[in-house]
Amino acid sequence: MPRFHGQSNHAPVDIVNQLQKQYVDYLSSLFHEGVLDDQFTQLQKLQDESNPDFTVEVATLFFVDSDKLINNMAAALERSPVDFKQVDADVHQLKGSSSSIGAMRVKNLCITFRSFCETQNYEGCLICLQQVKNECAVLKDKLQNLFRMEQQIVGAGGSVPLMD
Amino acid sequence: MDVGSAGSSSHDDPVLPLLPCRSSRGRRRRTLVRKFLLSDLSHFSPFPQMSSAAESQFHVLAVDDSLIDRKLIERLLKISSYQVTTVDSGSKALEFLGSRVNDDRSSSDSLPSVSPSDHQGVEVNLIITDYCMPGMTGYDLLKKIKESSSLRDIPVVIMSSENVPSRITRCLEEGAEEFILKPVRLADVNKLRPHMMRTKKLKGQEQEQELQEESVTHCEVRSQPPRQHELEIEQSQQDQSQQIQQHQQQKSGNNNKRKALDVEEGLSPDRTRSRYNGVATF
Repeated sequence: MPRFHGQSNHAPVDIVNQLQKQYVDYLSSLFHEGVLDDQFTQLQKLQDESNPDFTVEVATLFFVDSDKLINNMAAALERSPVDFKQVDADVHQLKGSSSSIGAMRVKNLCITFRSFCETQNYEGCLICLQQVKNECAVLKDKLQNLFRMEQQIVGAGGSVPLMD
Repeated sequence: MDVGSAGSSSHDDPVLPLLPCRSSRGRRRRTLVRKFLLSDLSHFSPFPQMSSAAESQFHVLAVDDSLIDRKLIERLLKISSYQVTTVDSGSKALEFLGSRVNDDRSSSDSLPSVSPSDHQGVEVNLIITDYCMPGMTGYDLLKKIKESSSLRDIPVVIMSSENVPSRITRCLEEGAEEFILKPVRLADVNKLRPHMMRTKKLKGQEQEQELQEESVTHCEVRSQPPRQHELEIEQSQQDQSQQIQQHQQQKSGNNNKRKALDVEEGLSPDRTRSRYNGVATF
């Protein structure tokens, strides 16, 4: 920022505005694509000066939890005979936590996954497992982008816009 | 109703000398006094800090086996200015609530034994629990709470990710105040306050009712143990007070609720005197 000679850490207003606009566009696309739902906005509303990293913390917990659950499911599906009840219990848990953070696509995949567990459909379970794995990876990537953009805005002296 | 035999030392149950059967006018006056005190604790309580803390901050116990959901509910509750304790199972919840649940003798207690100073358990104004938990489900926990005389007045709210009408009905029938669908939102948490406030009022009313009932019971059968405030009698009636104190030591289980009475009613000697002046007949 060659024009910026001020004493504060604020970037010129137009830079902050630009970053904010990019952020809003990106977040909107996540809602539009169904990656996130309104619950994510609810999470963001719980963030404030006293808990500035709440959303990041919850998201981090989610990824640790989902990794563990996905590994459990994979292991259970590799055993013989397959314990579908155990797989279902893990999917149920993943469904709950994805719902809690607003990860809509992951949640919907879990719903399908559970029906395959109930009918003890091995192939269906394997396909769902792969899809859930992929979707969690995509979500992680996108949320990391989002949080990075938030950091850039804050670093430039601006505030993160809240979707409504 | 006759209380003439009050004060006879040969009785196992010393008669409650300070509560003859009252006229309804006396009852109304007491209700007024009690309502005034409950709303103005800071002026009358001998423990101003404790009562204002108890009055202004509700304490919620949140039970959920999911770490993410615990984090979420904790944040929702804290933002709503509640004090929060989270546990990850029904059994830990019962542990936190105190050993009263497993105490069979507690069923003879008619008041919830809650007091900020009670080291046996902590005062909890609301329990919010997930339904689906391994081991003890939220429903099992609800049942245990409602079966406990010391815990049953604590409002319980159930959360569930699944909208199963029969499940909802079952929980509400068992005594749950609300059934909230997950994910829980701020709007849901806002619905909780009335339940907590009602319980505080209810406790006040219960104490009032107990006093009334006791005055009637006392006239017929002197089986109820005397209450704490009866200890606070004038110097001139010390004989009777000693009898009562001895009796109370036998029934130590009631001490907790009397502490609660003290804290909540904020009894001062002046008040006691004005209540019982000229009433005792020995």
